[in-house]
Amino acid sequence: MRRAAPLLALGLFIAGAAHAQTEVNVDPVSEDGVRWFNSDEIPTFKIAEDGTVDWPTFSGYRRYHAECHVCHGPDGEGSTYAPALKKSALNLDYYDFIAAVTGGKQAINAAQNQVMPAFGTNPNVMCYVDDIYTYLRARGVEALPRGRPAKRAEKSEAFAEAEKACMEG
Amino acid sequence: MKKCVIGLIAGLMTTAAVPALANESVTAGAEDPKQWTMQLSNYAGTSYSELDEINKENVGDLQVDWTFSTGVLRGHEGSPLVIDDVMYVHTPFPNMVYALDLNDEGRILWRYTPEQNPDVIGVMCCDTVNRGVAAADGMIFLNQADTTLVALDAKTGEVKWSVKNGDPTKGETATATPLVVGDKIFVGISGGEYGVRGHMTAYNIADGSLAWRAYSTGPDEDMLVDPEKTTVLGKPIGADSSLNSWEGDQWQIGGGTTWGWTTYDPELNLIYYGTGNPSTWNPSQRPGDNKWSMTIMARDPDTGMAKWFYQKTPHDEWDYDGVNENILVDQEIDGEMRKLLVNMDRNGFGYTLDRETGELLVAEKYDPKVNWATHVEMDPNSDQYGRPQVVAEFSTEQNGEDTNSTGICPAALGSKDQQPAAYSPKTGLFYVPTNHVCMDYEPFRVSYTAGQPYVGATLSMFPAPDSHGGMGNFIAWDATKGEIKWSLPEQFSVWSGALATAGDVVFYGTLEGYLKAIDSETGEELYKFKTPSGIIGNVFTYEHDGKQYVGVLSGVGGWAGIGLAAGLTNANDGLGAVGGYAALSDYTALGGQLTVFTLPSST
Repeated sequence: MRRAAPLLALGLFIAGAAHAQTEVNVDPVSEDGVRWFNSDEIPTFKIAEDGTVDWPTFSGYRRYHAECHVCHGPDGEGSTYAPALKKSALNLDYYDFIAAVTGGKQAINAAQNQVMPAFGTNPNVMCYVDDIYTYLRARGVEALPRGRPAKRAEKSEAFAEAEKACMEG
Repeated sequence: MKKCVIGLIAGLMTTAAVPALANESVTAGAEDPKQWTMQLSNYAGTSYSELDEINKENVGDLQVDWTFSTGVLRGHEGSPLVIDDVMYVHTPFPNMVYALDLNDEGRILWRYTPEQNPDVIGVMCCDTVNRGVAAADGMIFLNQADTTLVALDAKTGEVKWSVKNGDPTKGETATATPLVVGDKIFVGISGGEYGVRGHMTAYNIADGSLAWRAYSTGPDEDMLVDPEKTTVLGKPIGADSSLNSWEGDQWQIGGGTTWGWTTYDPELNLIYYGTGNPSTWNPSQRPGDNKWSMTIMARDPDTGMAKWFYQKTPHDEWDYDGVNENILVDQEIDGEMRKLLVNMDRNGFGYTLDRETGELLVAEKYDPKVNWATHVEMDPNSDQYGRPQVVAEFSTEQNGEDTNSTGICPAALGSKDQQPAAYSPKTGLFYVPTNHVCMDYEPFRVSYTAGQPYVGATLSMFPAPDSHGGMGNFIAWDATKGEIKWSLPEQFSVWSGALATAGDVVFYGTLEGYLKAIDSETGEELYKFKTPSGIIGNVFTYEHDGKQYVGVLSGVGGWAGIGLAAGLTNANDGLGAVGGYAALSDYTALGGQLTVFTLPSST
């Protein structure tokens, strides 16, 4: 896995700050057997003309609706409790996104009490954080409609290997 | 409830003889309908009031009398208490308590703001709700999000004692209201989505010292069960009943949390509460019946010893937490007066049991769309006695990991969640706020990390198909027969606790923010008013200076606000219908406010 997020060092979070995206770069240009990447070598989704979603992005749908939706609502749409991640995934730099998932976030003041927990030690989240990221980006640009993706590619052997290594590692 | 007292002037009511075991201040408060001293109105949990100044003839004239902003934007569950001209209003995290002087236009007498590590917010699965304070012996008891149970002086708000009931770094949190019986206070624990091992714990109200703790799972001595004397459906529970129903030591992270309501029968001297889902949501990862998750428990409040258990959903495959309130009523079944316990479970079945013995009398669906089980086996001679008969198509266990089981009703929200039902002794009916939502559910393998979510299933929810298109109903239920008397369709899940009164009126709130009043006999809508935010609080009533008031906390949120804010979609409907269902965010926004209603003075 080129972007093995759980292994990212803290240094990357600092280096990745303040990359405000003016244009959303979601076009897949390269693939490493596990997932697709854009021209900046950031994970992205690939949806075929017949609507078939790449496996990692489908995996992201599944993991999002186990780990994230109890606060952030279905389909990355946000809730009364937490913001719409389909927007955050577009507005936040990739590394800031990973940093928020890993280290959590807090906004505690007179107007709000918002706390995002740190998932850095949770393999159910961290082994799939790139999947969740590409799923939310696909939702953000409306390349994927709400709900369960109707068609998906099969899980590749390389993905299965990387998944196993991460979950057992 | 006593039918004979209806119509009596409240102040003239005499205190019924009760055993010394019930807390006298609590009993006296609950028997004075001018006050609202318990979250569910009384020990029996009927959410019923003898007040009848506001009745079905005049409720249409109801007006807002006064309002109060809580200063907190999260989901507001539970209700304020009213004791001796003072109203105690609680909030979600940061769990403030306000004492309002009803003799001085609601002036704030004192406020309590606990200091809590905000990290706890991150491990509260579904909003930072709190279901309200309890009161006894001049003290107000608050079960804070971080599991600190604190006793406040009701006059000054000063902390008399506090005790820590759990550890948020392991995912243990608190949302339930405590209950006081005698010299003890009972508190439950939340965190079923974090693999928390559930327990009910009793503290001495004098000083907060531990009296007993009864776990939902594990060895008999941890659960406070007697293999011979504790019964299940009339038979001894036997040794190691929980240990034998799990693989290895999975019971240690097996859930069975106790975040719902507790009720009490002073004559039988038993407390009743339910246990939540087994962890994880992936059933294949935890073979066995997973006892005693999903169970109604009857215990001796003095010792904690279990009298009887009944497991409603053995080996849960759908997250149907069994924590809903157990309402205690005396009604006739087959010509015989019975001491009943009525439980409208999340799994869609309304259960009626004998609350002395735990005998199962009625188990029927209270939403006709419930499809995961055909029925509950009622034949005592069957080896399936008391067990729901699961439909293979909707069994996420039988369909297996990584398979999406579709069209399961109800959804994980349950046909009813925590929102308490009400019971009117005048009609003999239960008034039940319900969800009318179904789901697709796909379990998959997860690993356990302490203090991290331990879920293991993807689910998507949608309004019950081939119905009215809405996501809720408000129903009247005959618990002696297991029949729906009438059903009012609602656009959204009804997530507010109901109130029934001797004025032949039933009140409830809606997620759009309406307070509604309906005829307790017919369900006819008599009044509605749109409060500032969606209602997930419980409607309450009290009398002050000779006038009856009805109040409710607004403040959308909770599981309902999370799941329904953006509206639901149904992938099975095809692309055309996606996004076609109402989004709660189109109707309401955050805001914590109390709205109090009364009749105009001239009427």
